Amino acid sequence: MSGQPAQTPAPYVSPGPQTTAFEVLERTTSAFSFYGVLARFVQWLERSGRTLVIALPFLWLGLFFLAPFLIVLKLSFSETVLAVPPYAPLVAWLEENGLSYLTVRLNLSNYILLFEDSLYVRAFLNSLRISAVATFLTLCVALPLANAMSRAPERWRALLLMMVILPFWTSFLIRVYAWIGILKPEGILNAVLIGLGVISEPLTILNTDIAVYIGIVYSYLPFMVLPIYASFEKMDPSLIEAAVDLGSPPIKAFWTITVRIALPGIIAGCLLVFIPAAGEFVIPDLLGGSETLMIGRTLWLEFFNNRDWPLASAVAIVLLAALTVPIVLFQRHQARRGSEDGAA
Amino acid sequence: MPAPDPPPAPASEARLPAEPWNDPKATPLIKIRNVIKRFDGFVAVDDVWLDIYKGEFFSLLGPSGCGKTTLLRLLAGFEQPTSGTIEIDGVDMAGVPPHRRPVNMMFQSYALFPHMTVEQNVGFGLKQEHVPRREISRRVGEMLELVQLADLGRRRPHQLSGGQKQRVALARALIKRPKLLLLDEPLGALDRRLREQTQFELVNIQETLGLTFIIVTHDQDEAMTVSTRIAIMDRGRTVQVGTPGEIYEYPNSLYVAGFVGDVNVFEGRVVEAGKDHVTVRSPESGCDIYTDRGIDAVPGQEAYAAIRPEKIEIGKAPPADARFNCVTGRVFDIAYLGSLSTYHVRLATGEVVKVSAANRSRLVERPITWEDQVWLWWPPSASVVLLS
Repeated sequence: MSGQPAQTPAPYVSPGPQTTAFEVLERTTSAFSFYGVLARFVQWLERSGRTLVIALPFLWLGLFFLAPFLIVLKLSFSETVLAVPPYAPLVAWLEENGLSYLTVRLNLSNYILLFEDSLYVRAFLNSLRISAVATFLTLCVALPLANAMSRAPERWRALLLMMVILPFWTSFLIRVYAWIGILKPEGILNAVLIGLGVISEPLTILNTDIAVYIGIVYSYLPFMVLPIYASFEKMDPSLIEAAVDLGSPPIKAFWTITVRIALPGIIAGCLLVFIPAAGEFVIPDLLGGSETLMIGRTLWLEFFNNRDWPLASAVAIVLLAALTVPIVLFQRHQARRGSEDGAA
Repeated sequence: MPAPDPPPAPASEARLPAEPWNDPKATPLIKIRNVIKRFDGFVAVDDVWLDIYKGEFFSLLGPSGCGKTTLLRLLAGFEQPTSGTIEIDGVDMAGVPPHRRPVNMMFQSYALFPHMTVEQNVGFGLKQEHVPRREISRRVGEMLELVQLADLGRRRPHQLSGGQKQRVALARALIKRPKLLLLDEPLGALDRRLREQTQFELVNIQETLGLTFIIVTHDQDEAMTVSTRIAIMDRGRTVQVGTPGEIYEYPNSLYVAGFVGDVNVFEGRVVEAGKDHVTVRSPESGCDIYTDRGIDAVPGQEAYAAIRPEKIEIGKAPPADARFNCVTGRVFDIAYLGSLSTYHVRLATGEVVKVSAANRSRLVERPITWEDQVWLWWPPSASVVLLS
């Protein structure tokens, strides 16, 4: 800038290092010529480019996240009716005694039902429990996997990473169906185990919680492995050597140094598994038994079988709230720790 | 290849009053015997044989890829030798895992634990031994005092400068008073001024604590400054082991002569060799080079005479006795370095000889300047004759 404060909208000739090709063009042509107008437009674009760059993602989120969310929120407060669509409008004109009213009817009974009917409370708690256990199991598989990957020779790492991601290229639904073939009483797993003489009677795995755990661990493993691998991989390998050198046995050094430093990645992985798993519908529906109660499945039943859109929406809103709170708390914690590290 | 016998020590450049490596009765603290380390067909350390004594500041010097870091990691226990033995204080280290060795290491990257404060980093080693908390904090305090970081104990590594991190890493490696401290390029990340200052501090700390240090470096000045002895390494082998003075004054090969300091080399043939002198005739120099230190060679054998630039005299008139060790040429380049000037003199044979001379008087009138015809001469004690 040429000495003047940056805020003053400079006349469109700004000499100095920021001179653009269009400014040169503009100086050589009249202000009202085609190039003059074009130059002014380009300058406006340059100045508001920053705003545009920031505005675009907000616009995107507003259109594709906020708007649908508001629609669901609105739905959750309406009443079920037998119609198409199957809910009553929130806002309506009411003609009464010759007067017209604009009425807003907020129906809270959906929410009240959610907390009164033990089915929903149980489904919520069960979802959280299954999701938490499955997240823990996924972590148990992912930690050694990510550790081995990050220590593999460099030329192998891309291949290993590929093998973790590859299943994503097949339909999720088909992969879960494939597990039915593996886990069912006359399936591959039982055939192998009986063939090896480990068991004599086929194990009942399909249609139990165990099958749901297997399904979740299998399906969400990449979400856990990738962030943990990323944290392990960028870690200086001499950190763990230094710990061992100072007298810490290797396994202890792994927990106190490697895992501790990779903690943000581990937490990110856990959230990436826990949150979608809590709302999971496909896996409990296909692999779980009739008594596997999960909120995602309950939501589906309300929506499609009972055609109770408002209640289903209320379930969705409560689920969202229940999952957002821990994330916000975690982020607060992270931010506070970050600023402590910065100050001190 | 066993380490070549050190030549008779010249005037004592050694830092220690005692020179245990010259005492046949002394027991080395570290015995490295026939150690070979192969990685996938590549030989990183090739039959190394070294004795290192208590209280030494021993340098492994060589270009990158010469196996010096691998040798250090073998001592720390991060690698196992393919063959050969390593003994530390009389104990064979085969099968002893790194966390049970009486050795600590200071890493090139410092490897400070980012999630711990300076105090926690320094105290880490003691905590592994379950030393009582109060004892830990007392010793950490002492150690931070020693490395002049007493005020920064509560900081985290990312809040420290490069020099401060280096000191924390040193303090952390020293706190257990290891029998042997290994330093992998400890000053490599510091800028020059800080590095020179830190070199002396390292030596002071080593002497204060009476520990044995092995340092890996590719910086010859650093090795010369801090070491009691230096092992020059090339492609996994130790080429020469000796005090800085021995290495500089009596290199045993062209490789060593060229690696440590600047050198002029004249290729030629031995004319005459005796117990106390050698004469080499070199077509490159145009004169016979007479050296007052004998070597085992026969007349006619190919040999190289190596002369350090600062040992050569330069003048515009020929010396009184110009039969030996005297060449003439024209100055074609002068590098003025303030304290020194380096003259590049092209001989009639085309050979370029570097001569450095201290600038004792101000260089305003330039006693010697470009295109001057100059004579170069040196005493018989200035040159070394090498056979390889």
